[in-house]
Amino acid sequence: MQLTEKLISSFLAFELDIDIHSDIHNIRTNAIKKFEELGFPNKKLENWKYTSLNRIIKEDYTVFSKKKNVIDFKKVKDYFIDNIETHKLIFVDGFFDPFLSQTSHDGLDICIMSAALSKPKYAKIIEKYFNKSANLEDSLTCLNTAFSKEGAYVHIPKNTVLEKPIEIIHFATGNEAALMLQPRNLVVVEQGAEVEIIESHQSLTVNPIFTNSVTEIFAEKNANIDYYKIQNDVVTSSLVDNTYISQKRNSDVKVHTFSFGGKLTRNNLNFFQKDSSINSTMNGVTIIDYDQLVDHHTLVHHANPNCESHQDYKGIYSGKSTGVFNGKIIVDKIAQKTNAFQQNNNILLDNKSTINSKPQLEIFADDVKCSHGCTIGQLDQDALFYLRARGIPKKEAKALLTYAFANNVLESVKIPELKIRVKNIIAKKLGVSLGFDL
Amino acid sequence: MLTIDNLHVSIEGKAILNGINLNVRAGEVHAIMGPNGSGKSTLSAAIAGNESYDVVKGDILFKGENIIELAPEERAHKGIFLSFQYPIEIPGITVTNFIKTSINSNLKARGESDMPANKMLKKIREKAALLEIDSKFLSRSLNEGFSGGEKKRNEIFQMAMLEPSLSILDETDSGLDIDALKIVANGVNKLKNKSNAIIVITHYQRLLDYIIPDYVHVLHEGKIVKSGGKELAHELEEKGYDWIK
Repeated sequence: MQLTEKLISSFLAFELDIDIHSDIHNIRTNAIKKFEELGFPNKKLENWKYTSLNRIIKEDYTVFSKKKNVIDFKKVKDYFIDNIETHKLIFVDGFFDPFLSQTSHDGLDICIMSAALSKPKYAKIIEKYFNKSANLEDSLTCLNTAFSKEGAYVHIPKNTVLEKPIEIIHFATGNEAALMLQPRNLVVVEQGAEVEIIESHQSLTVNPIFTNSVTEIFAEKNANIDYYKIQNDVVTSSLVDNTYISQKRNSDVKVHTFSFGGKLTRNNLNFFQKDSSINSTMNGVTIIDYDQLVDHHTLVHHANPNCESHQDYKGIYSGKSTGVFNGKIIVDKIAQKTNAFQQNNNILLDNKSTINSKPQLEIFADDVKCSHGCTIGQLDQDALFYLRARGIPKKEAKALLTYAFANNVLESVKIPELKIRVKNIIAKKLGVSLGFDL
Repeated sequence: MLTIDNLHVSIEGKAILNGINLNVRAGEVHAIMGPNGSGKSTLSAAIAGNESYDVVKGDILFKGENIIELAPEERAHKGIFLSFQYPIEIPGITVTNFIKTSINSNLKARGESDMPANKMLKKIREKAALLEIDSKFLSRSLNEGFSGGEKKRNEIFQMAMLEPSLSILDETDSGLDIDALKIVANGVNKLKNKSNAIIVITHYQRLLDYIIPDYVHVLHEGKIVKSGGKELAHELEEKGYDWIK
């Protein structure tokens, strides 16, 4: 059976398991209808021109993992950030793992969607925010909404500055021959509150894993959010990450995406500026090899005056890997004094590696500063010789230049322990031990 | 220390050096002069091991070992240093991190452990002072936005840190005003001793007023056409290069 049909028929079984008399159920039902109408995206769509899901959706995925699996912390401890206290929301094969997690209800809520979607105490927040910024016309988002049941739920009340970052990890054990996961996350950061979140998806198996994730983030007035996505999964795992960020006045949201792994990784990162004086930042470093594909589709909708957006994406491609960067910026007529910057720099290390880079600017206001730039090149041979002439071996010299290239984006990581983690991943990826500081 | 024997070098099939012979002993300073396009920079690149240059014929012996087949980093490990005519700008790597990585790479290649951080810091301070380099400069990105003089001082600073046996100064005087020239020359002179050697490659005699050579060689169309003592440099300055052609 085709995955599309399988998903649609699975929805009936899914309904048996949940409360069908809730408002959420109507949202889910509408969503599955929309997915049924649209199906999986294909290359005929402008937004999917360079990325085909065909090789991913041909697998016979189990849509719901049948049983909860327990994993031993010792086996997965390397996937947690070292030497740092964090709130933890850990999921295994789509189920919440209470043993590995550290939730909190201490004046805030760092817990799970299944509780938020079903318990009356969360009803107000859910009603106000759930599925309110997600794109109702996007088939994969609709698919996730239809099956939305589990994921991270974060609610940070007014003026609360969270001391510890929140670590969200989705593990897949390989208990099924092939598994599809659809985590649904909601992050609401109230007025003046601050939070740092680190999210990763980690397969512990060579069995195919396909994750279709949706995260809605709401930053109220003066809220501050740093969201780190560490995409360093095994090459049999694929991820479509749909993230929707809705911002209010004076809020500052930064999303840092580090894409090093996976078979296919597609990031749909959408920012909606709902008021004036908003800052939105998107940083990305992509380092991939073999036949890996990483696709960044960003959208910033400047709908109000005096707002800024900054995008800085760096990519380093080896082997037959492919990168896509599509950065769309919409500036409404009312959004005067907008500052929108976009930069995408790429290095192709092999003649079989590819990058498709496309800025897409739709500007309807006349008093704005918008810039975009794109470079595609190779490692500078003169720079390489310079380093080698100082006694730095070729491999290390290449690694050092790669670091240097990505450095300004790496510098934006505010959590030192996370910076070390990212540095170590890069060093491992480049096959060197690096004796210098980041 | 360095013996170059009948060296022929070409770039993309075009012959640049046509049989260079040169012998440099420890404690000596050699100047290589010549008009533009005579092959001066090609000679320095060939000694340092730049892979864009093809050694067609001949040998380069360093401390008795033929280094023709060695990678640039291996030559550096053996004690060869090239001060670049155009130092490369590398945003994202600080001067300090660069020199640390360089020093420790050289130590590692010689089977020694990393230089302790305090020792490194002390040495960096000491050598920076020698070249009158401000400490702020050390935390800047390597050569990025440096003036011509800063770039050259930074090259000699690296030479001071690495303490090579053989230093090749490729047009170190170009882009320097007279004050910067004095600082650089003074630095080089302080680093000079009986066990190391220096090759100064220059178009003009100016630098040789400050770094006094023991021998002067004139390069023309890829060959050394005349060799002599330091007075040869003055003669060239007066008469120009047409005189030796």
